[in-house]
Amino acid sequence: MEIDPFIFRLSIFILSIFIGYYVVWSVTPSLHTPLMSVTNAISSVIIVGAIIAGLAGNSDIIFNTSSIFGFLAISLAAVNIFGGFLVTQRMLAMYKKKKKDK
Amino acid sequence: MLSANLSAMFYLISGVLFILALRGLSSPETSRQGNFFGILGMAIAVTVTFLSIGNFSTGFVIVLIFLLIGGLIGAFIAYKIPMTAMPELVAGFHSLVGLAAVFVAIAAFLNPEAFNLGSPGNIKLGSLIEMSIGAAVGAITFSGSIIAFLKLQGIMSGSPITFKGQHPLNALILISIIVITYLLCSTQSSNLFWILLIISFLIGFLLIIPIGGADMPVVISMLNSYSGWAAAGIGFTLENTALIITGALVGSSGAILSYIMCKGMNRSFFNVILGGFGATEQSNSAENKEQRPVKSGNADDAAFLMKNASSVIIVPGYGMAVAQAQHALREMVDTLKKNDIKVSYAIHPVAGRMPGHMNVLLAEANVPYDEVFELEEINNDFANADVAFVIGANDVTNPVAKTDPQSPIYGMPVLDVEKCKSVLFVKRSLSPGYAGIDNDLFYQENTLMLFADAKKMTEDITKNL
Repeated sequence: MEIDPFIFRLSIFILSIFIGYYVVWSVTPSLHTPLMSVTNAISSVIIVGAIIAGLAGNSDIIFNTSSIFGFLAISLAAVNIFGGFLVTQRMLAMYKKKKKDK
Repeated sequence: MLSANLSAMFYLISGVLFILALRGLSSPETSRQGNFFGILGMAIAVTVTFLSIGNFSTGFVIVLIFLLIGGLIGAFIAYKIPMTAMPELVAGFHSLVGLAAVFVAIAAFLNPEAFNLGSPGNIKLGSLIEMSIGAAVGAITFSGSIIAFLKLQGIMSGSPITFKGQHPLNALILISIIVITYLLCSTQSSNLFWILLIISFLIGFLLIIPIGGADMPVVISMLNSYSGWAAAGIGFTLENTALIITGALVGSSGAILSYIMCKGMNRSFFNVILGGFGATEQSNSAENKEQRPVKSGNADDAAFLMKNASSVIIVPGYGMAVAQAQHALREMVDTLKKNDIKVSYAIHPVAGRMPGHMNVLLAEANVPYDEVFELEEINNDFANADVAFVIGANDVTNPVAKTDPQSPIYGMPVLDVEKCKSVLFVKRSLSPGYAGIDNDLFYQENTLMLFADAKKMTEDITKNL
């Protein structure tokens, strides 16, 4: 009997939870705020689904109910992607070590 | 047009890049590179999606326009937002992820052909279950984050809102979500899908209103986790590896942060979630409020104490963020350092309104991160320090947590501030902190209270140094 592809996705999912567990425990507590903003940004990879929905309409009807929800989701996710990565970058740029000459 | 196998490979690569992005955060030196990996992963995922659809007609232009609008808004916010508003920003961003998940689920429900999930009214059972979970969790994330955002912004009162029958009501709604999901999967009725969304929005709202302002670190982490599970649910629906990996990463990341925050308060996760901490304890403290003698001083006294110290430990808290005192504080520390006084910072895990809140503010004020220490790293140093300067923190310094088993905060890890030779406590008044209990530290022999706005007091001390 063939294995349902769902099982493979479930395996990836479960193993990723373990990876997440170990990776996040190794994050230094002083970077917990950037951790939150960057996880925010990467979870917006949901934009992939939004793009598929947005492009699903054929060239005659670009706007149908489904694709409109797709377009809106694209904008929402894009706010997060750009906002999340940029604000993380801005924060990380502020973390500096003690200057040697002091 | 990219083959399905090839695009799946690229999604896997972007999933791995996201893992590296989080891995980079293990130290500030590698963190910037990590962020770059994250951006690269996202760029790959988006590009691959366009290529695999291969539809570059008018629709493509419209997608780009929406992408650009969102991107510009996001970039604008990222550059304008003050660092003190980071908790609100993160809460706001979580709500967007939640809503995006809901919208994608709606789009997939209305047009399942586009996602290869069957046809309307005849969606594959597995996909429908995954879609419902993604949509419900997304909706909870959205409305919960909106409440968290409003509480953090101060638009909504930060105090817990509780009413009779709250927990039975919530339990009832949670059960009905499961029942409706089951019915939806057996009937494929679109009405049930909309009802599912509405009650999920409702439960997100009801779950967060009873949780008080200072418990927000737990709430934000929890919503962070939810946004991840929502993304994972949608990832299963779309059979997309990048989304599944990311969802799992974000979900476990948020869960770990909530755990760390709960441990920092010595409270169980359920205790926080069921809410009403501040509300139940406040009456208790009002009763046995007796007038105890307090020593209060001015900036001159404080400056004198610090000038004669050889080491000073600074304990910042949420009050510092409110007063925007981080820059003034760093100027004071600079002056102290010029006088060869050793200065370090002690940060409690739940200081501020989100994990790592204080560290970001200090970093913004150009405080080098190797002068900033976590509770376990620095707690033994208080006994050898001359002055502890408590600015905007309260409950996390209360020695009652170690001495009085009756106290609601008993057992919570606290900073051993009272072991310092002298304690300077900047505060507006003697009012109790979030936990609603008196801080014994105020009445100690070696404590000098500085009643003033944190920023103004710090500036005045600097002048007197």
